[in-house]
Amino acid sequence: MKFTGTPSYIATRDLQIAVEAAITLEKPLLIKGEPGTGKTLLAYEIARSLGKKLISWNIKSTTSAQQGLYEYDAISRLRDAQLNSDKVSNIRNYIRKGKLWEAFEAEAVPVLLIDEIDKADLEFPNDLLQELDRMEFYCYELDETISARQRPIVIITSNNEKELPDAFLRRCFFHYIRFPDADTLQQIVAVHYPGLQQALLQNAIHLFLEVREKRQLKKRPSTSELLDWIKLLLAGGTRPEELESLQLQGELPPYAGALLKNEQDLNALLYGSTHRSYYS
Amino acid sequence: MAAPTEVTTPEMFIGFILQLREAGLPVGTRELLYLQEALARGVVGTSTDDFYYLCRSLFVKQEQALDKFDRAFAAAFADLSTLPFDPLAEIPEDWLAKNKQLEGLPEEEQQPYLQELFRQLQERFQQLLKDQQERHEGGNKWIGTGGRSPFGAWGYNQQGYRLGQTESRHKRAVKVWDQREFADLDDSRQLDTRQFQLALRRLRLLSHSGAPEVFDVEETIRKTCQNAGVLREVYRPQRSNGLRLLLFLDVGGSMDEHVRLCEQLFSAARHEFQQLEHFYFHNCLYEKVWKDSRRRRSEYMSTESLFQRYRSDYRVIVVGDASMSPYELLYKGGSVEHLNEEPGALWLQRLRQHFPHTIWLNPVPQSEWSYTETIGQIKALFEEHMYPLSLKGLEQAVKALR
Repeated sequence: MKFTGTPSYIATRDLQIAVEAAITLEKPLLIKGEPGTGKTLLAYEIARSLGKKLISWNIKSTTSAQQGLYEYDAISRLRDAQLNSDKVSNIRNYIRKGKLWEAFEAEAVPVLLIDEIDKADLEFPNDLLQELDRMEFYCYELDETISARQRPIVIITSNNEKELPDAFLRRCFFHYIRFPDADTLQQIVAVHYPGLQQALLQNAIHLFLEVREKRQLKKRPSTSELLDWIKLLLAGGTRPEELESLQLQGELPPYAGALLKNEQDLNALLYGSTHRSYYS
Repeated sequence: MAAPTEVTTPEMFIGFILQLREAGLPVGTRELLYLQEALARGVVGTSTDDFYYLCRSLFVKQEQALDKFDRAFAAAFADLSTLPFDPLAEIPEDWLAKNKQLEGLPEEEQQPYLQELFRQLQERFQQLLKDQQERHEGGNKWIGTGGRSPFGAWGYNQQGYRLGQTESRHKRAVKVWDQREFADLDDSRQLDTRQFQLALRRLRLLSHSGAPEVFDVEETIRKTCQNAGVLREVYRPQRSNGLRLLLFLDVGGSMDEHVRLCEQLFSAARHEFQQLEHFYFHNCLYEKVWKDSRRRRSEYMSTESLFQRYRSDYRVIVVGDASMSPYELLYKGGSVEHLNEEPGALWLQRLRQHFPHTIWLNPVPQSEWSYTETIGQIKALFEEHMYPLSLKGLEQAVKALR
């Protein structure tokens, strides 16, 4: 069971090893990295290439750990009680299974994606320690312990909005997706746009890396922006020479809006600096 | 792969673990056992790069520690032959192929093969580990053994090691971990804008407390239902960011070289806090501060009235290099710009008295603080609450402001 990337996803060697270690030792794998470097995509691709079912749990600021386990829908039960429904007598009818429960119950080992865990409340990761460690939890309403049939492959992504607690980190393996180098970028673009003209590919990546180098940018464009941009270049029939002769100083690349999403960054690219003296 | 666990013993890596701990990575027994298990279960093959990647994913828990890890790894395995996998490279490839065939055999038949091989490996590894320690004690014995080309250093060719690896690996002149690709993620280094925002975002945590005063409809319904329909009210604390921040920024003179850094802090702070006020001063805080440097002569605010206007629950960050002549700090009339009636130190004391949550951020690298007298003096005035303007310093500052 080796994950070596898929036709549409280039996994670097270090990422492959991290995934392999996490799968073999049955530990959650925490993935961090710049936005747009394919953190979430990784779980999808692992599931696809290993032929596993993907269970995706997207975390929001209001998500609680309990929601991943189960929720007891007391309101429905109250309503049903007033309507004299037969369902009322069995509390099981009002237990809504969460993603974790779903993963624990799965027939075959699933891939469980806990996406953007840092969006949730600070205590959220701590509330999941026991569940991820022992792969079981206790359901009070049913007076039952729910344990995983097999340990799911757990992929957790974080954008670093909040720091994760040490106790949680200790239980995970960690991989930081570094921004790809020029070679890897070429491979990535090539799997998405096979048959792309080599000169265009090289010039586009060269220019893209040059844009990324600009120090003043607030949000540096990443892989996903590059892919969007190349799509536009192709749609607009941009010729490789147009990119080659371009001077970044005082001249914007075509479709620059796909690379830089805010005005200040576009200005910074155009005029070389967002310099605003703080004397004024 | 059901290789026996004797392949790697924890002792083999204890030196490495200790080195990591010394570098400040919180690793321990748990990680050691993970590593052993991963090796025993064949997560990586015979490649040293793979071994490095494996260790990295097991021992590093956040990206700031990646660079520390790289350095510790380089130090621990300075002589690559001490890597557990280099000895493995001596095994002819066809044996490795055989190894795979062995999998089908009953365990008793595999054992003698494997045990003999791993006994030899272990012996060799222990020997190398010992040599390594001697090198540390005896000082640089191994470094400078003359003409160490990258490959010579790796010792592959000299000793006739044969590695089951691809061509490209041998073309590479530098070891992966020596490239230190993650150096800029190390939190003891200085910040860029993005990192500033991340760090300041931590100040937002401060505002999550408070008395429960907002009526929570959802929770009330839920609790009431659970309570069999008998009303039970629930209140929750306000979630807004109640933190108020005052920034005092030193401008001009010796601060010019730090302008960019201060600007970044300022814009990140403005982005993060709605209740933010900022004032400028020059070199040291005196009886006047101003909001606009060009009109500072005419439009200023007396520090006295500032104390009256801003309640003492404001958090205060002073940003400055604290580098001045001691006169400017300690004597009346010592300011370079005007005749001050009271010494700057007194104003700094008043500031701290009025705002109990006051800290100083210094853009001068901490290692250079001891060269400037006034840095030490102001640090003492601030009861040691002076922090370097780096990610780590800002983190500590945020903690102190809490």
